[in-house]
Amino acid sequence: MPARKRLRRVQVIFAGMLAMAASVAAADTLSEVAGRYDIQPSSHIGFTVAQVGGGGITGDFKKFSGVFALNKSDIAHSMIDFTLYPESVVTGQARIENFLRSDAVFDTENFPTIKFKSTQITQTSPDTAVISGLLTARGKSSPATFQATLSGHGKNTITFHVDGKIMRSRYGMDVGTPIYSNVVQFDMTIEAQRT
Amino acid sequence: MLRNSKDSFGLISILFHWIIALIFLGQILLGYLMSRVSDFTLQFSLFQWHKSFGFLVLGLSAVRLLWKAASVSPSNPESMTTIERVGSRIVHAALYGALFIVPLTGWAIASSSPLLIPTYMFNLVVIPSLPLQVSDNAEAFWTASHAYLAYFSATIAALHILAALHHHFWKKDAILTRMLRPSPAPAERR
Repeated sequence: MPARKRLRRVQVIFAGMLAMAASVAAADTLSEVAGRYDIQPSSHIGFTVAQVGGGGITGDFKKFSGVFALNKSDIAHSMIDFTLYPESVVTGQARIENFLRSDAVFDTENFPTIKFKSTQITQTSPDTAVISGLLTARGKSSPATFQATLSGHGKNTITFHVDGKIMRSRYGMDVGTPIYSNVVQFDMTIEAQRT
Repeated sequence: MLRNSKDSFGLISILFHWIIALIFLGQILLGYLMSRVSDFTLQFSLFQWHKSFGFLVLGLSAVRLLWKAASVSPSNPESMTTIERVGSRIVHAALYGALFIVPLTGWAIASSSPLLIPTYMFNLVVIPSLPLQVSDNAEAFWTASHAYLAYFSATIAALHILAALHHHFWKKDAILTRMLRPSPAPAERR
């Protein structure tokens, strides 16, 4: 057998072993992290709305709560229930915050919460999943999808990075389009504690 | 008929005059109203219309000035006194100045506001910001300048309108009517 071909075979075997190790590790991870969790206030719920000509509005929500359950045998049987209080929006510009809280956008007086409840969770790789669910804001419910990536876990803690795009027009919040994009890009770090 | 002659305005000058006059006065009314509505959604939209029309005034006025420079200006009636001629020159110069200075100070507001709201003229063209200091104070300064200059311009426009009516009803000359319709082409007139 020529040396180059042998080397190639060794590489294939090595790659196969690595893949097996990874899937074993993933299975281990899932059974390790299975359980019910409370989302901690140390989480970060950031968002960006792009604007024409570059830049945009970037901010985050300071008040939220939520729980999720990671199923031991099947990630698909996991769930998440999340509530956001839009009154707590922070952008660094008081006039923009007042505008967002007003009935032009969140109408926090009449709709103090924005809720997300998962309907389906699909694992896409050892440490990623797609979370589909129903987002309810301003009294309107519409399907929404987020991508979650496991970024770390301890014995009783777990951290995910979650991002997703929401079309705000579906919730009657299309003020300012097309100067401001209809797409709200969420960028979240979810830190949770096992209950 | 399209161009001015020694004693009459052509169609182009007449259209420039009335279209810009209509938008400019509409803008003063819109500017007054939009800063007083309480509905944020309506207010946002009115501000964007005001910005779009403001840039339209600025653009049209620039083309109008070029057209004016390339045209003959109809002469004033012989009956006008020196004081009337000087007054007319000052008022016309002030109105031309207003067509530039008022939109430019409006542009300065949009450029200096910490809200950094882009100007998307009629949702077609993004207008860049002027290189100005961005702060609440700068925005307040330009907002006050814009409002005072606009109301001052409205006063000058009122003088201009009163003078035109005075010419028409009191002096019974053609000052007002020559801005209403173009005179027949020279060939037809003979």
